[in-house]
Amino acid sequence: MTSMGTTGFEITVNLIKTVLVFLMMVQAVPILVWLERRGSAFIQNRFGPNRVGPLGLVQLLADAVKFLTKEDFVPEKGSRFMFYAAPVFALIPAAIAYMAIPMSVPLKLEGATFLIQGFEVNVGIVFVLGVSSLAAYTILMAGWGSGSKYSLMGAMRASAQIISYELALGLSIVGVILIYGTFNLTDMINAQHGALSFSMFGYTVSSAYLPNWGIFYQPIGMILFFAATFAESNRLPFDLAEGEAELVAGFHTEYGGFKMLMFFIGEYGHMMIASGLMATFFFGGYSIWNFTPQQVYEWLYGLVGSELLANILNTVVHFLSYNLKFAIFLWIFIWVRWTLPRFRYDQLMDIGWKTMLPWALANAMLTATLIFAGSYFIF
Amino acid sequence: MPLGGVIFITVFISVFGYILIRLARLTGGTAKKTSQAKFDIYECGIPVEEKKDTKISIKFYLTAILFILFDIEIIFMYPWAANFKNFIVSGAGPFVFVSMFIFLAIFIFGLWWEIKSKALEWD
Repeated sequence: MTSMGTTGFEITVNLIKTVLVFLMMVQAVPILVWLERRGSAFIQNRFGPNRVGPLGLVQLLADAVKFLTKEDFVPEKGSRFMFYAAPVFALIPAAIAYMAIPMSVPLKLEGATFLIQGFEVNVGIVFVLGVSSLAAYTILMAGWGSGSKYSLMGAMRASAQIISYELALGLSIVGVILIYGTFNLTDMINAQHGALSFSMFGYTVSSAYLPNWGIFYQPIGMILFFAATFAESNRLPFDLAEGEAELVAGFHTEYGGFKMLMFFIGEYGHMMIASGLMATFFFGGYSIWNFTPQQVYEWLYGLVGSELLANILNTVVHFLSYNLKFAIFLWIFIWVRWTLPRFRYDQLMDIGWKTMLPWALANAMLTATLIFAGSYFIF
Repeated sequence: MPLGGVIFITVFISVFGYILIRLARLTGGTAKKTSQAKFDIYECGIPVEEKKDTKISIKFYLTAILFILFDIEIIFMYPWAANFKNFIVSGAGPFVFVSMFIFLAIFIFGLWWEIKSKALEWD
């Protein structure tokens, strides 16, 4: 329990922080929905929502009012408890997994240190993967609780898809763990600060301009990981769960109003976890191109001349850096959705099991071999 | 493990979601039963078929079993991967490397067998 603090003040701050991260996640969803609608309109040469407010920004408030005035509906054949519980439970795995991702350097204030994340987990990777894959249960609950065959079939497809891509996802991270030798996400980010430099076969390679990011060590792993997260979050081109030509709307056929919105928040939450993990594993997390947090801190200290202010600014700058990377990956998610068509179901399973799994395995073996040979054979 | 934080936020989100759904019911009202068709599950015009008559392909079951087998094997690789560099430093590198590759050979044989026996063919 020590990780949640020892004094009453620390515990209170840490609990409030978890709530804040959750609310951040929830309020990012309307922005993403707006971005998705405007972005898709730009891609398809349309206008998109542009009537309500400037650039259609108030459209979301109008939508929220519409959701609130929808009458509450439970299908008679459905299971009442599961029908209500599924959308609420859809929020939980996404939120808990997102809290384990560090978003900035710890904030040091007069002796107390606050982590800019919901809570620190020592086995970060295993925790995030394990918790986020619990989403398969909420999808099955929704499919079963609706009492509709379309919902059930959509839920079966979605859970089969999620567990199939879980394998490629898990294996593509083995290379990352081999490189950094830790499960802790903060330690991983700490290993990626500064300029690119590594030694292998007795040589030391270093570059003054490139950052020390994971993408230079694990390019294949990055592609496999990103592709697998698309399937995990049920996004196109892998959104077989709601193939509307075959299954009406998949597992949320019977849902409407606020309950539907909660499934949306869950889905976008999984996109956020994927983007955060992409940034953490392969793009240095909150670290800034080529600089360590210590260098940034010293630069800021020279600028403002106050330790407290420099600490706060350091945290803010790194937070912005993290969010920039985070936003870029979220945009790629939206961009891909409006670019690629959907796969057929057997193609989806073939790609997961026969293409991505062997490639991820080859990547892990190649990484292990290079690390092994690189430290034993010195030329 | 920040167990306290996880339990707290789980309870918080459950209460939050419950209040949100109650609020939506308060402002929108519960659905009035004006006809039977309104309360039936979705179907495009033909009589409703219930989920208990829905046949689920056995392939889903097979996929789940294969997932459990392969996922456990992948989880075995995690502690090895996290400690691999330490093993190399301590001199146990060749032993750990070779034993993991024997394990991986079995893994690859399993995957090859699974593909060859057409366990992954969807038609």
